[in-house]
Amino acid sequence: MKNGKKKNQKPGGRMSMADVGKELWKNKFLYCMAIPGIVWVCLFSYVPLYGILIAFKKYSASAGIWGSPWIGLENFKFLFNYKGIGRVFFNTIFLNILFIVFGTSMSVLLAILFSEIKNKKFKKVSQSVAIFPNFISWTVISMILTTIIGSSGMINSILAKMGHEPLAIYSNPTPWPFILVLLKIWQGAGYGSIVYVATITGFDTGIYEAARVDGASKFQQITRITLPMLKPTIILLTLMSIGNIFKGDFGMIYALVGDSAKLYPTVDVVDTFTYRALRQLNDLGMSTATSFFQSIVGCLMVLVSNAIVRKVEPDSAIF
Amino acid sequence: MMGKKKTGGIRQSKQDRILSYIMNGIVILFCLYCLFPFLYVLGSSFETENNILRYGYTFIPRKFTLAAYKAVLLGGGVLKAYGVTIFTAAVGTVLSMVVTITLAYPLAQKKLKFRNQITFFVYFTMLFNGGLVPTYLLISKYLGMKNNIWVLVLPVMFNPWNMFLMRNFFSGIPGELAESAYMDGANEFQILLRIVLPVSVPGIATISLFYVLMYWNQWFNSMLYIEDRNLMTLQYYIMDLMRSAEAMKQLAMSTGVSVSNLPEETLKLATTIVTIGPVVFIYPFVQKYFTQGLTVGAIKG
Repeated sequence: MKNGKKKNQKPGGRMSMADVGKELWKNKFLYCMAIPGIVWVCLFSYVPLYGILIAFKKYSASAGIWGSPWIGLENFKFLFNYKGIGRVFFNTIFLNILFIVFGTSMSVLLAILFSEIKNKKFKKVSQSVAIFPNFISWTVISMILTTIIGSSGMINSILAKMGHEPLAIYSNPTPWPFILVLLKIWQGAGYGSIVYVATITGFDTGIYEAARVDGASKFQQITRITLPMLKPTIILLTLMSIGNIFKGDFGMIYALVGDSAKLYPTVDVVDTFTYRALRQLNDLGMSTATSFFQSIVGCLMVLVSNAIVRKVEPDSAIF
Repeated sequence: MMGKKKTGGIRQSKQDRILSYIMNGIVILFCLYCLFPFLYVLGSSFETENNILRYGYTFIPRKFTLAAYKAVLLGGGVLKAYGVTIFTAAVGTVLSMVVTITLAYPLAQKKLKFRNQITFFVYFTMLFNGGLVPTYLLISKYLGMKNNIWVLVLPVMFNPWNMFLMRNFFSGIPGELAESAYMDGANEFQILLRIVLPVSVPGIATISLFYVLMYWNQWFNSMLYIEDRNLMTLQYYIMDLMRSAEAMKQLAMSTGVSVSNLPEETLKLATTIVTIGPVVFIYPFVQKYFTQGLTVGAIKG
């Protein structure tokens, strides 16, 4: 993994076959142990890579993947000319930026608040409560959401009591980015705070003691000590999520919105589009082209963000 | 506020105390934000269907009834979905843990020469994958796993991220323990079983929890590959229930005839509560390990 290791691995360059055999025999138990995992990865992660060919073919089920005729970049041309595709790419990135900005801020805020709680019981209970929504599936959240913003939900019954017209939130795309952010915070902020709480716990308490002796108020301690010391972790985790910025949260968005086309303008993301291309348009070529394009962009994003991480925090770089 | 008097030698200033109150207040508000949707659904699920239709949902039922829960249990669909989900969660988690541990442990051994190559082999799949269509074709067409309960287990059984977390746990275990057993002639399988696993309980608990929840909350594969209503997972059952209720409502609105007399609204809510239930129960047991386990793995990762 780490760069330094490769160099002193073998002075003479590549290993000979005999060396490979010797190594495999010497650690035969360890290599045997790894077989099930490796087989799984081959079957379910590497074999599908072959199917990427569909992106460059006019796929027909009867001819199979190899037998279908090549059509070059037609699928990609069709994809990029597809009406509303720009919107899909924009939504994916825009929603992810919202999630990163608001999710991270809320997680950091919660972490600071949790770590300032003196009462052990209160600390434990509040943390448990805040983390809990992370364990609820988006389908259940979707069901719960209808009781709040649905046609006869909480918001509309309050509006009705005040004599207002009900809101048709499920057919109005405008508020949805906001709703998705609120839900993301509800579901993930507490969970996201765990890492920051752990980081704060690891800080040297001597610094705070010294600050207190110097007369620093609690607020000053937070803004002048805790936040600056959290900065590397925040930057690191943010960069890691930037690597995933072109990946839409299918589980969330499809469960909440489903196939209601009225909301597409603000919530349709690459992953829901890919799914629709497969299930509704039945255009396997375009669907594959979309995920291939997404994979390439995603890969580049990860490499770029990792390169930045290596500059900022060499120890935290993934490779 | 929480009954704290003087703690340290240095007195808290008034300003600090106010800040403290504000901060605790925000935490309480956030917790209420996290809880109120559950309480809202819970309260409404005990309400009568008529009251819901007339007055809307509620935190405290005006007239307490278990009708919806009875309907859920008598309907049978939920119980079947429960069975499927429990099966996948139980069998799946065991298989997942076996595959994850047996790959993570070798990759944590520094003496293994090819561990960097294998690590990259696995890591690459996190960067780049075939996408939806190739996976769909592989599973439905070439493996013929449509409408087969194993489609809910095998394709999702292994998660590289969990494996790397597990590997980080194993790397953190002092090597001397295994070394002495190795000297005594134990092989790697025995060392893993008798020495490494017993000291890795927090890690195992955390990763198992991740897998259990993944299986418990899964619906995507159920939606893609399962048409047989007897093999639906619980989460997909809920989704289906919601979508078909929506469709019925549309139909009722367009034709002006109510389609069924079933307590639809409360039925949905009761099903939701029944689905969340088990998670609420296992959560406190694993939470202790969970925070501890997750942070160890995440920071080193």
